[in-house]
Amino acid sequence: MMTGAWIEVAAILVATALAAIVIAPWLAAVFPMDDAPSGRPDGNRRLDRWLDAISGPVLRAAGVRRAEEMTAAEYGAAILLFHAAGFVFLLVLLRSQAVLPWNPDGLPAVPWLIAINTAASFVTNTNWQSYAGETTLSPWSQALGLTVQNFVSAASGLCVLAVLVRGLVRRDSPTVGSFWRDLARATLGFLLPLAILLGLLLASQGVVQSFATAIDVPLVDGDGVPAGEKATRRIVTGPVASQVAIKQLGTNGGGYFNANGAHPFENPTPLSNLLEIVAMLAIPVAGCLAFGRWVGDRRQGRALLAAMAVLFLPFLALIVHFETSPNPALPREVDQSASVDHEGGPLEGKEVRFGPAASALFAISTTATSCGAVNALHDSFSPLGGLVAMWMMQLGEVVFGGVGTGLAGLIAYTLVAVFVAGLMVGRSPEYLGKKIEAREMKMGMIVLLVPPIATLLGTASACVLPAEAAAAPNPGPHGFSELLYAFSSAGNNNGSAFGGLSATSPFWTLALAAAMLVSRLLTMLPLVAIGGSLAAKRTVAESPGTLPTHTPLFVLLVAGAVILVGALSFVPALALGPIAEALQPRPIAEGPS
Amino acid sequence: MPTEPLPPHRTRILPATILGQLRPACSMLVILTVITGVLYPLGMTLAARILFPRESSGSLLRAADGTVLGSLLIGQPFTEPGWFHGRPSATGASPFDPTASGGSNLGPTNPALAGTVAERVAAVQREEPSHAGAIPVDLVTASASGLDPHISPRAALLQVPRVAAARGLPMEEVRDLVAGRIEPPLLGILGRPRINVLTLNLALEALAPGGAGSPLPP
Repeated sequence: MMTGAWIEVAAILVATALAAIVIAPWLAAVFPMDDAPSGRPDGNRRLDRWLDAISGPVLRAAGVRRAEEMTAAEYGAAILLFHAAGFVFLLVLLRSQAVLPWNPDGLPAVPWLIAINTAASFVTNTNWQSYAGETTLSPWSQALGLTVQNFVSAASGLCVLAVLVRGLVRRDSPTVGSFWRDLARATLGFLLPLAILLGLLLASQGVVQSFATAIDVPLVDGDGVPAGEKATRRIVTGPVASQVAIKQLGTNGGGYFNANGAHPFENPTPLSNLLEIVAMLAIPVAGCLAFGRWVGDRRQGRALLAAMAVLFLPFLALIVHFETSPNPALPREVDQSASVDHEGGPLEGKEVRFGPAASALFAISTTATSCGAVNALHDSFSPLGGLVAMWMMQLGEVVFGGVGTGLAGLIAYTLVAVFVAGLMVGRSPEYLGKKIEAREMKMGMIVLLVPPIATLLGTASACVLPAEAAAAPNPGPHGFSELLYAFSSAGNNNGSAFGGLSATSPFWTLALAAAMLVSRLLTMLPLVAIGGSLAAKRTVAESPGTLPTHTPLFVLLVAGAVILVGALSFVPALALGPIAEALQPRPIAEGPS
Repeated sequence: MPTEPLPPHRTRILPATILGQLRPACSMLVILTVITGVLYPLGMTLAARILFPRESSGSLLRAADGTVLGSLLIGQPFTEPGWFHGRPSATGASPFDPTASGGSNLGPTNPALAGTVAERVAAVQREEPSHAGAIPVDLVTASASGLDPHISPRAALLQVPRVAAARGLPMEEVRDLVAGRIEPPLLGILGRPRINVLTLNLALEALAPGGAGSPLPP
C-alpha cells in the first residue's frame, strides 16, 4: 500500500510539471523584457495586446502613464509605498470591522496587536495567522482585506523577479520597467484568471463559496451528547473558494478557517488536494521555464529548475518516509501499518482522506514554496519530518520559494556561486554576459543573510525571555522547535506554523511582524537594486574563458551554495530542536487514568 | 581620479522620487481592491451558485422533509453504541465544532500524546469486546481539522459486531452495508480508501427504523 502512496506523490508531481509547462509561455509574456514593444517575438504579440487591453484601463484610471519606465530607485520606492499603503489600509479595515458591512456574526474590531501582526503578515505574502479565521474576521474583512493582499503581494513578488531579469537582459539601460504596469498585468492578466479557474474547480469539489455564513444543525446522535453540552453544531461557510484559490496560487497560505487546508470546506477531496499542491508549485516552476524564454536560452531556465529539484526531491523522499513510518512513542496496541483497508502511519494531526504520504507532500510543497497553507498539523509531524519542513523554509525560500521572489532569491545565490567560482579559477565573474561586481555582491549578501539573521535573532530573544518561551506548549526539545519554526516561518515569509504555539502576546505578535517586514523588504529592495545595476551594464561577449551556467556542474554549484548557507546558519539550532527530539530516549506512555 | 557623474542606477533616492509614487500607490490599491476584493468574490459566488449550487453551499445532506441533517464533508460526534464512531476530535470544548476547527498540536514525543492515545485504546477495547487485534490508528488519533468525516474501512469493520448487536441487526447485513460504502482512491491513485461516518450512519438508520441505542426486541 506504500507503493500506492508513492504513485500518488509521483502523479501529483507530474500534474505540476504539466501545469507549469502550460503556463510558462503565458508568464513569460506578462513581463516583456525590453522597453520597445516592436522587438517582441510574434507568438507573444497577441497575448501582449490582450494583457495591455486588460491592464490599460486600470492604469489610466490610476493616473499612470502606461509606457513610463522607472529607474531602480523609483521602482523600489513604488514597491515600498505600495506595501505601506496596503499595510495602513488593512490595519484600518481590521480595526473598523465592527462598523463595516457584511459582519453577520457581529464580530468586534480585531485587537490592535493581532491587527498589526495580520496586516504585516498579509502585506508581506507571509500569511502567518495569529487569529482563528472563523471567530475573528468577518467575511468582509476576509474578502476586502486579505484576498486583495493575496493577489497584490504575490504580484509584487513577480515584479521583483521581472526587474532582476530585465537587469540581465537589458544593456546600458537606465530603467527597469514600470512597477504599476507590471503589477496590473501580473494581477489582472495572470493571477486573476488562474484564480478564477482554480476557484471554480475547487468549488466543484465542495469548497464552499457563499454569502450565507452559518447554518445550525442538530446532531444526528443527539442522544449521545453528554449533559450540559450543545446538541447542535454551527456549520460555518463563506466566500472560501475565492480566497483558497489565490492563497494557493500566490504562495500566500492564509486560510479562511483556523484548520486551513485541513478543513473539509477548504480541501474536501483528494482531487482538491492535488489541485492545491499543483497550484502552489506550478507558478514557481513556470517561473524557471519563463526565465529561459526571457534570457533567450532555455537551458539557463532548466538549470535553475534543476538546482531547485536537486534540493527538493531528496527531501521529499525523506519527509514521505518519515511521515509514513509509525510513531514509536504510541502504545503497542495501535496499528500504524499500511494495508489494503487501512492507510496507517502517524495520523495524529492528519486527515484520513489524504493519508500520511499526500500530507507529507503538501507539507514540503508549502514550506519549499513560501505558501504556508497546511493540510495537516506540522506540530504533530515526526521530529525529522518536522525538520524537513523547517529546513525548507530556512534555505531562504529559494527552493521554488514565493512566486517571483523564490526564483529571484535563487538568482542571487547564482550570482554568489558565479562570484565564488570566478575567484577560485581566477576569472572575472559573469552571469549571462553581465559582470558581477562589488555592488551586486553586497546586495546579494543582504538578500542571503537577512532572513537567517531575523530567524535566529528572533528565536534567541524568545529563548532568553522565559515568559515568551513558555508560549510553546510541548515539553522538551519539541518546545524549542516550536519557537524556531515560528521565526523560520516569519523570517522567510512562509506563514505555516507549529500550530500549538500561542503567539498572541505583545512580544510574539510584534517580533513576528518585525521579522516578516524586515525580511520581505530587505530581500525585495536589494534584488531591485541588483536589477538596476545590472541593467546599466554592457553585455560582455562570451569567450572560451566564460564559465558555462547551464551544466550539471554549475547546477550543483548553485545548490551547494544554498545548502552551505542554510547548513552553516541553522545546523546548531536544528541540533537543539528536532535532532535532539529524534534522538531522545523514548518516553514511557502514561497508562489510562 | 576624475569625478564621474553617478550612473543612473546610483542616483540618490530623493524625497521627490518617493512622493511621486504616492498617488499611484493609493489609487492602484483602491482600484485593485475593488476588482480583487469585491468583484472577484462576488463573481465567484454567483458563478459557483449557478454551476455547483450544492457543493458551493456546503454539500448539505437533507432529510426527505428538507431539514438539514449535516454536511457530507463535516464529521459529527457519535458516541452511542448503535452508531459507527468517527475519529477523536480536538476542537476546543466540544468535539467536531465547526466554529473552532483545529487539532491537538501535540508533538510526536509529547508524553501527553502517548497518554491520550493509550486512554482511547482502552476505551475502544472496552466498547468492542469482541475485537482482539490491534486498533487502527485513525480511531485513536485526532485529525488536523477536528472535523474529519472519514475513517478507514478497517476501523469501520471492527465496529460492526457492536453496532449490529445494539440495533439487533444481522452482522452480515451491517458488514455488507459498510463494504458497499468504501470510497476507493480516485482513478485508483488519488486519496486513500475511506468511509464517510455520517452518511454510513444515515444509511444504517434507513436500514433499521428502530433507531439508535434502542435495539429491537429479540
